[in-house]
Amino acid sequence: MNTDRLSETDFFYLKRKIANRLALVLACLMMVLGLSALGAILWTLISNGLPALNLRVFTEMTPPPGESGGLANAIYGSLTMAVLGTLIGTPIGILAGTYLSEYGKDGKMASVVRFVNGILLSAPSVVIGFFIYAVVVTRIGHFSGLAGALSLAIILIPVVVNSTENMLSLVPNSIREAAAALGSPQWKTTIMITYRAAKAGILTGVLLGVARISGESAPLLFTALNNQFWSTNLNQATPNLPVTIFQFAMSPYADWQHLAWAGALLVTFGVLILNISARFILRGRKA
Amino acid sequence: MSSTIEQTASLQKQAVKSKPSVDEEKELSFDLRLKFQRRLDSFFRGLTWSFAALIILILTGIILALIAGSLPSIRAFGFHFVTNPTWDPVREDFGALVPIFGTVVTSFIALLIAVPVSFGIALFLTELSPPALKTPLGVAIELLAAIPSIIYGMWGLFIFAPFLAKYVEPWLIANLGPIPIFGGLFRGAPMGIGVLTSSLILAVMIVPFISAVMRDVFDLVPHMLKESAYGLGSTTWEVVRYIVLPQSKTGVIAGVMLGLGRALGETMAVTFVIGNSHELSTSLLMPGNTISSALANEFTEAVGTLYTSSLIELGLILFVITFIVLALARLLLFRLKKQEGAAT
Repeated sequence: MNTDRLSETDFFYLKRKIANRLALVLACLMMVLGLSALGAILWTLISNGLPALNLRVFTEMTPPPGESGGLANAIYGSLTMAVLGTLIGTPIGILAGTYLSEYGKDGKMASVVRFVNGILLSAPSVVIGFFIYAVVVTRIGHFSGLAGALSLAIILIPVVVNSTENMLSLVPNSIREAAAALGSPQWKTTIMITYRAAKAGILTGVLLGVARISGESAPLLFTALNNQFWSTNLNQATPNLPVTIFQFAMSPYADWQHLAWAGALLVTFGVLILNISARFILRGRKA
Repeated sequence: MSSTIEQTASLQKQAVKSKPSVDEEKELSFDLRLKFQRRLDSFFRGLTWSFAALIILILTGIILALIAGSLPSIRAFGFHFVTNPTWDPVREDFGALVPIFGTVVTSFIALLIAVPVSFGIALFLTELSPPALKTPLGVAIELLAAIPSIIYGMWGLFIFAPFLAKYVEPWLIANLGPIPIFGGLFRGAPMGIGVLTSSLILAVMIVPFISAVMRDVFDLVPHMLKESAYGLGSTTWEVVRYIVLPQSKTGVIAGVMLGLGRALGETMAVTFVIGNSHELSTSLLMPGNTISSALANEFTEAVGTLYTSSLIELGLILFVITFIVLALARLLLFRLKKQEGAAT
C-alpha cells in the first residue's frame, strides 16, 4: 500500500517532468525553425544574387528581354524616391511626435492621434498606394516619381511619430525643468535640450523608417510604376528596384530573373544594414 | 510646463522692476523680447499641433478617397458585390467573394501556424535562452520582419513552392486527400502555387511581429510572481502556463491581432505565390486570390471605370477589415497600458 502510493506520486512527478521537457524542447524547435527561415532566405539570396552581381548591374540600364544589362536606372530611381520620401516624412513625423510627447500628452487630441497613428503604422501599404493614386496620379494624369515619394513618406511618417514620441518621453523631466528655471521658453527647451537628449533615439526611428520604405513595392506599383530608361525627371514614371524586381522575377526570361536576384540581394542587404546600424546607434547610446 | 515658464518670467520681471537703476528703455525691450518668445512658443505649439492633425487628416483622406473611388461600383452592384463569386472583366460583372474568401482563409491558416511558433520563440527568449544570446537571437527573429515582402515572394516562388510541390504536397494528397470531408482541403495537383503556400509564407512573415509582442508582455510579468511559483516547486512549463500566460493574456491577444492585421494586408509576397485565379475552390492546394494580390495584379491593367472602381472597392473592403482588427488590437494594448499604470 505504502509503495503503491509512492509510485503514484512518482508517476505524477514523471508526468509533470515530461510535460515540461516536451514544452521546452518544442520551444527550442520553434526558435530553430525561425532562425532557419532567416538563414534559408539569406542563403537563397546570396547563392542566387552573388553570381548575378557585377559592375554592369550598377552602370547599365534595365534591358529589354533577351539582352544583357543592369539596374542602374532602377537603383538611382529607388534612391531618389527614398531620399525624397524621407525628406518629406521626417519633419512631419518628428513634429507630430513632439506634439504627442511635449504638448498633447494624455489629452483627447493626443489619444486620437496616437490611435490613428497606430492604424496607419500597420495599414496595408497597397491602400496607401491607392490613396496617392486617387489624389495625385489621377489628377495629374500620369504616373510619377513624386507620387511614389509621397506614398513612401506616408508609410514613413507613423514609424517616425511612434519612435519620436517614445524617445522624447524617455528624456527626464528634470532636464526640461532645469531649462525652464533658467528662463528658457518651451520651444527653445524642446529644440535645444530635449531633441538633443533624444537625438540617437530619433535618428534610430528615422533609420528604421527608411529601412521600411526602401523595400516597399506595393504602393510604388500604383504611383511611380516603372520605366525602362534613365530618368532624372521625377514628374514621370520613375524606375525603381522593387517594381523592377517584381516584373523581372515574374517574367519567363532567364536574364531578367538573374537581374531580379541581383536586385533582391541589393535591396535586402541595404535594408538589413540600415536596420542593424539603427540598433547599434541606440545601443551605443544606452551604454 | 508653460505655467512654470510664465512664473519664472514674471519673477524675473519683478526683479527687474524692483531695481531702481534700470531705465525705461531697457525694460521695454525686455517686455518686447518676452512677448516675442511667448509668440514663438505658441507658434511652435501650433506647428506641432497642425502636424499631429495632419496624421488624422491622412487617415480620413484615405477613407474618403477609397469611398469616392468605389462609388461607381457600389452603385452598380450594391451589396451583391460582397456575395458574388464571379469576376469577369469582359462582361463587367464583378464580385468580391473569391478575394475576400482567399484573404480570410490565408490569414487564418497563417495565424494557426504562426501563433504556436511565435509562442515557442517568445518562451525560448524569455525563459530558456542564455542571457548572452537573448539579444542577438531576438534581433535575428526581428530581422525576419525587416526583409522586404517582395523578397519573401521571390523566395516563395523559386525555392519554397517547388520544394512543397516536390516533397510535401504529394504526401498531403496521398495521405490526407482520401479522408472524407477534411480531405477535400488537400485535393488537386501538387503545383506548389496556391493557398497553402501563401499561408505558409504569410506565417513566416508575421511570426516576428507576434513573437516580439509576446516576448515584451512576458517580460512584463512581475518576477516576484514567477519566483514564488518556482519556489513552490513548479516546472518552467507550469510557470509559463499558469502564471505568465494568464498574466499577459491581453497583450498576447493584442499581438496576435497585430499579426493578423499584417497578414490581411500583405500584398507582394502573396501575389507571387497565390496563382491569381478567380475560381472558388475548397482545396488549399489550388490557386486562389486575395484582395491585395488582385489589386497588385490587375490595377495597372484595369480599363474602364467599373473595373477600376471595383478594384478600389476591394481595397475599401480590405481597409475596413484591417481597420477593425487593428483597432481592436490597439484598444487592447491601450487597456493593457492603463492596467499597468494602475498597478504601479
